[in-house]
Amino acid sequence: MPKDQSSKQQIIISGVGGQGVLFITGLLAQAAIDKNLPVFTSETHGMAQRGGAVVSHLKVGGFPSPLIRPGRADGLLALKTESIAPYRPYLKPGAWIVANATQEIRPDEAVTAFGVDAEQLAQKIDNPRSANIVLLGFALACMPELAAGQNKMFCTFDEIKAVLTKRLSSRTALRESSLGALAAGFNHRASNP
Amino acid sequence: MKRVNKKRLMLGNEAIARGLIENGCSMAASYPGTPASEILTALFEFQKETPVARHIQWAVNEKVAFEIAYTGSLAGLRSAVSMKQVGLNVASDPLMSAAYLGTAGGFIIISADDPGPHSSQTEQDSRLMAMMAKIPVLDPKSPEQAKQMIRTAFELSEKFKIPVMLRPTTRVCHARQDIKIGLIKETDLRVDFKKDPTRWAATPKFRFHLHRELEEKLTKLAAYSDTFPVHLNPGVQTRRALVVSGVAAAHTEEILKDLDLFQTFSLFQVVQPYPLHAEFVDFLIGRYEEILVIEETAAVIEMQLADRHRVKGKLTGTVPTVGELLPETIQKVISEFAGVPIEPIEPPGTGGRRPTLCAGCPHRASFFAIKKAAPKGIYTSDIGCYTLGLNLGAVDTVLCMGAAISQAAGFYHAYKGEKKPPDIVATIGDSTFFHAGTAALIDAVTHRARFVLVILDNQTTAMTGNQPTPATLQRIDNDLFLNVELESLVQGCGVGFCRVADPYRLDEFVGHIKAAVRYSRKEGVAVVIARHPCLIDKFRVEEARQAPVRVEISDNCDGCGYCISHFECPALVMNPDKVVTVDPVLCSGCGVCLSVCPKKSIVEIK
Repeated sequence: MPKDQSSKQQIIISGVGGQGVLFITGLLAQAAIDKNLPVFTSETHGMAQRGGAVVSHLKVGGFPSPLIRPGRADGLLALKTESIAPYRPYLKPGAWIVANATQEIRPDEAVTAFGVDAEQLAQKIDNPRSANIVLLGFALACMPELAAGQNKMFCTFDEIKAVLTKRLSSRTALRESSLGALAAGFNHRASNP
Repeated sequence: MKRVNKKRLMLGNEAIARGLIENGCSMAASYPGTPASEILTALFEFQKETPVARHIQWAVNEKVAFEIAYTGSLAGLRSAVSMKQVGLNVASDPLMSAAYLGTAGGFIIISADDPGPHSSQTEQDSRLMAMMAKIPVLDPKSPEQAKQMIRTAFELSEKFKIPVMLRPTTRVCHARQDIKIGLIKETDLRVDFKKDPTRWAATPKFRFHLHRELEEKLTKLAAYSDTFPVHLNPGVQTRRALVVSGVAAAHTEEILKDLDLFQTFSLFQVVQPYPLHAEFVDFLIGRYEEILVIEETAAVIEMQLADRHRVKGKLTGTVPTVGELLPETIQKVISEFAGVPIEPIEPPGTGGRRPTLCAGCPHRASFFAIKKAAPKGIYTSDIGCYTLGLNLGAVDTVLCMGAAISQAAGFYHAYKGEKKPPDIVATIGDSTFFHAGTAALIDAVTHRARFVLVILDNQTTAMTGNQPTPATLQRIDNDLFLNVELESLVQGCGVGFCRVADPYRLDEFVGHIKAAVRYSRKEGVAVVIARHPCLIDKFRVEEARQAPVRVEISDNCDGCGYCISHFECPALVMNPDKVVTVDPVLCSGCGVCLSVCPKKSIVEIK
């Protein structure tokens, strides 16, 4: 693990039901297991999944509790622009936000925010439902831009790619389109930092 | 040689299922309900890893599930029943009696609580049900511990011949953790029902003896060493103690470490909140000057600490009695107890967006039709996705499973003396109707109640993840199951008006509801079965998807907002410039909205 990444991390993933918050959380959690890191996630199920607000807590590196307390999270991955504000209190100073910015992101000095219109990118690659994976790819490309001392995400583009490849090993078409979406998000940032 | 990674990312419910299958559970039954549903789904999956046939089934309701699984225990097998906390209310009749009768093979009742509540009618604490039934209950703090407790629960059940409850909460059921996979062991238990009518068919005289026997079991359980509270920081010398259980134990441990208070208090996790170990109670009261109890959601441990002058918790107002004990709440309670400054926190929001029926959900069309046909009606409804008919103003009451029908009858009887009684339309899902609707329907017919009952038949149990219903089991394995047809069941209840129609054909469907309303004003109960498969049912996606009807908004949309407020489809979006647009990603192509716009401004793209 590089010096500027801590093996202990707390990440909030937010969005609305049907966007694939759970899927993204699962990919990140599996990446942690593949790196032999203890992992804990907490999910929204049931009625809220029907188009309501959905949030996952992801804790990597040996925490007893499945939930993140306000002011403790290292990062927020927001699958909707509107999903930033309600979960902003979870972030500690110096945390990162990566958001699907279909609207403008409100400036916030205490954290580092990155935005991309993931829905537009997803439509551009003819895969409108893959905005969640596009955003994850984009987030992974943003991490090297964080300053020293900020807790960068514990995993890399290649590690997520490996998880995705394995997860969808039996579904060729979906696997290829998902890997394409991951790369589209990543390259979008990597080529225009 | 390739190293095998023995750790798997598992949902708490999967960890529980894994515990059951690794410990030789031979029979399991359930009725789906959040947060417990995935336990049985996972059992079906793990079952594939072993050649030994087990009986695993979705039952028509929790009471039936309980009775089937419990009988497995009578026959000498390890067995389990799982449900959500309000499901245990339905199964409370066999629960109370089974506690007296006891068990032969190990029997576990898994009742998942939902503090919050996130997806339930109540925040009730199943541990109180265990107390009422007089059976032991185990309270896991994590998926990993829940899996370990399955083994303990079977051992307890077999040693003391008593049903044992495992009470996970949402944060255990729906947490994911890296879990160590163990081998699937087969037990050497053989099916062997030993007849003993004085026990299994006990009359009141024998029940008295069984009750005494039960009390003796509880006394021994309150002294059983394997489930004794765990001292989490044994080296610490202090006169103040924290007593915690369930996921609150996990939160507390993390908070104490973060606040540098781990050496300040003695920390005990109670793994068996009832019966609380007698020796532990004496030790606590004798040793500590101040004791803080943190548990969800009722004060079950706290009320068993009889000498109260040193105890703080829910009963002293120190710990909230309502709502989930979020870690930030616990941090505040502990900081106050420790006398350290309370960190100010800004509470996170809830995300703002309310849940809604999916774009293309057939229920939306049914609710729209009901409001057209009986605009001034009273609408009783029930438990399921369709509770969200609230958003459409088409749901006035939701009480519990099956109550839509009895409440419709109740309103009819209440209003029948009036000159112009209101039209009454009840809505209930197909799975909920099978679960608890038939008895209510028989009663309504018998007492000549008059109302319309719309059975929202999406041919699945949708809200909890598309489990089968008695009408759809056959599609899983044709050879094993016999389907029960909804319309014959309705007719069998004595209903004189029963039509089946597809709500997607909206204009026709409104006609059927209108006919039903007319019938209900003069004759009796009129039933319309609104049949269209759930769009997100992964088992029948192909069937559910008709060729999509592409729609757009024509230029004469004046932004009146009728479709937004009366149809509330997430794919119809009101723009800031007061014109409606169609979201092409969300739109399922159901085409129902073509009949919704009063100005015919929603048109098909040919």
